[in-house]
Amino acid sequence: MWAVRTGALVLVAGALLAQRRYTPGDVQDGQRLFLANCDACHGPEGDAVPGVDLGHGKFRRASSDDDLIKIILKGIEGTAMPPNNFTNFQASTIVAYLRDMAATTGRGLPPGDAAQGKMVFEGKGACLTCHRVKGNGARLGPELTDIGSLRRAIELQQSILDPDAEVLPQNRFFRVVNKAGATATGRLLNQDAFSIQLFDDKERLLSFSKSDLKEYAFLDKSPMPSYQGRLSPKELSDLVSYLVSLKGVDKQ
Amino acid sequence: MITRAVVLFSVAGSLLAQVSFDRILGANKEPHNWLTYSGSTMSQRHSPLSQITPENVKNLELQWVYQAHSLEKFEATALVVDGIMYTVQAPNDVIALDANTGRVFWTYQFVPSPAARPCCGRVNRGLAILGDTLFMGTIDAHLIAIDAKNGKPLWDTTVAKAESGYALTHAPLVVKDKVIVGTAGGEFGIRGFIAAYNVRTGKEAWRFYTIPGPGEPGHETWAGDSWKTGGASVWMTGSYDPELNLTYWGIGNPGPDYNGDVRRGDNLYSDSVVALDADTGKLKWYYQFSPHDEFDYDSVQVPVLADIEWQGKDGQKRPRKLMLWANRNGLFYALDRTSGEFLMGKPFVDVTWMNGFDEKGRPMRIPGKVPTAEGTLISPGNHGGTNWNNPSFSPRTGLFYVPAWAGYSSTFVKRNDDEYTEGRRFVGGFQRSSIPGATAPPAPQNLRNDQEGYGAIRALDATTGDRKWEFKMNDVTDAGILTTASDLLFTGGREGYFFALNARNGELLWKAAVGGSVASGPMTYSANGRQYVAVAAGNSLFTFALRQEQERAKQ
Repeated sequence: MWAVRTGALVLVAGALLAQRRYTPGDVQDGQRLFLANCDACHGPEGDAVPGVDLGHGKFRRASSDDDLIKIILKGIEGTAMPPNNFTNFQASTIVAYLRDMAATTGRGLPPGDAAQGKMVFEGKGACLTCHRVKGNGARLGPELTDIGSLRRAIELQQSILDPDAEVLPQNRFFRVVNKAGATATGRLLNQDAFSIQLFDDKERLLSFSKSDLKEYAFLDKSPMPSYQGRLSPKELSDLVSYLVSLKGVDKQ
Repeated sequence: MITRAVVLFSVAGSLLAQVSFDRILGANKEPHNWLTYSGSTMSQRHSPLSQITPENVKNLELQWVYQAHSLEKFEATALVVDGIMYTVQAPNDVIALDANTGRVFWTYQFVPSPAARPCCGRVNRGLAILGDTLFMGTIDAHLIAIDAKNGKPLWDTTVAKAESGYALTHAPLVVKDKVIVGTAGGEFGIRGFIAAYNVRTGKEAWRFYTIPGPGEPGHETWAGDSWKTGGASVWMTGSYDPELNLTYWGIGNPGPDYNGDVRRGDNLYSDSVVALDADTGKLKWYYQFSPHDEFDYDSVQVPVLADIEWQGKDGQKRPRKLMLWANRNGLFYALDRTSGEFLMGKPFVDVTWMNGFDEKGRPMRIPGKVPTAEGTLISPGNHGGTNWNNPSFSPRTGLFYVPAWAGYSSTFVKRNDDEYTEGRRFVGGFQRSSIPGATAPPAPQNLRNDQEGYGAIRALDATTGDRKWEFKMNDVTDAGILTTASDLLFTGGREGYFFALNARNGELLWKAAVGGSVASGPMTYSANGRQYVAVAAGNSLFTFALRQEQERAKQ
């Protein structure tokens, strides 16, 4: 599936709180920082510290975004919450991520069976046609071997049901037509004023000179089909649970 | 053997000629050299050299590369004096090279104090020369004179305190017997200044504070004690008009950058150009581009001086002494450089923070377009419509060329809890750029689409500000621009190309994949009868010249 963000939801929750507008990029940056720095104590869902449930907007000593930024930067004296060496901007992206978590938590399905989900992934879902997990499957779409440490269940579910909602820059698809009329479509790897690099559906690394092309453009939509109505709720929650279980290559 | 001896003799002979200030003022009379940062004290970055032409530029080929022993951005523009090139390897090593071969004659290594804290990279943009002496500002705010023959230091003056956030990153400007520098540090609550030093002794001759002190005109434009920590840094080289004896300098943003509440008022002379008497440092006039700025719109761009026909109030066209300026705030300006009179201002990219000028040339702000706690989307974004990247003016085409960030905006967020602490960042908020990775080091891959902003070379009619053509890149650009008397334009960008355009219509004529972001201004010189073009990209300096077989075949 194409990793998709849920930026439009960021504004919804916590209307009582003083909140800023955040971009999907902020949320993504914040998630990365959160998983690298906060996850150890707060847990991946933000609920591991008693009395604090970051994923549901439940804070002990903060209400506004400014309060949260201050706590992230300066810590809370006399508690296990340490000061952190982030910039203001980095701290604000973590807040963006916390707000996003709170806005989306509760919309997800109950946890499913990851083993069953693997069967959906490889069988009915035919996900390996485009995606790759631990050396199996195709490379055209995003590699999913560690998707469970990059995305939350709710995000994965959204992407399966509505792949076009938002496509990250690294998953943008592109189409080129040469002067003879031949077409190539693939994931954009790089572009400059003179050339284009693609990864195409035949798994080739292709490079084009723009001067040889008749036309070239981004594709408006994700090539991933929506699974809305194509999987049962049980299959969907199993599939999401399987994806959440993918935490990277096995370490020897 | 005889010819060889003659060549050797002529090289040795030229080494004896010192770089007098008259030579610098007459730089266009010796176009084989590049004697001052912007090519001349007019700062047009326009060379009279014409051996490389739109017809033969396709035969340019790499001559030599100098790989810097540094992983910092290579932002310096080299000087060339009679076959010797002088440049700076970041942060502050001076190198003398054979301009024909790139072989190193000597290196002066300077180790800056660990207290140095330049805001945006341990960078240096170049040198000044006078006589046999080179001058370099350092990131720990020293000004150093170096013997151009052997690379030994002659004097070392502490300009300001590095611990407080002061730094020198631009190339100094020599005017007569003085060397002039200004202080960076606008993100650290400094009080900026421009100062002139005696070229022989390093003793301070005059100092102009870019924020007026108590009792000085303009002091009232800073509420309370905010003048003490108001920034107004200087980090690009000024220009000089010998007939007016005025030196012009662009001034940086007021601090804290994004929160104007703690510094109510216009905050003079932040985001202004100041015209100073070169002998005394006394202010002759100023023009403020962005009064009470909260978007970090430093106005440090090099003042480009040009004498062009300008239509007066009576409808008659007469030559006029102008200053041309594409500002970080997104507007292109023409000022009268004798009086500072505002003549014209026009957006060269999308501008949403103002929508016109009053009769005195003060921008009219749009209500609500200010940083807020929630964040406000403003064009141009934090990096600006352009930044410090050197523009060029060609008197042949009448066009002003600017490296622009097009279609680009940022969300500006204000914070009220920043308190000034000496040597700590003091910016009052933050911003989010619409361009992925815009503020990070250049990414090797570019996946952005046009809606997220793109880099472009825009050619503006200097008398109207109208865009004549655009050369569009996909990625944004930090490169400067060089034009030549054969109507070539050289520039590059983050995409890692160095290329030549036809200066009249923007047509691509030649390109080289240099594999690293061009974050400096290209320059040109000639040595032994060959015209070279030099540009820094990534961590290396590349020089190009016409393929010699090609040239021989023609003879």
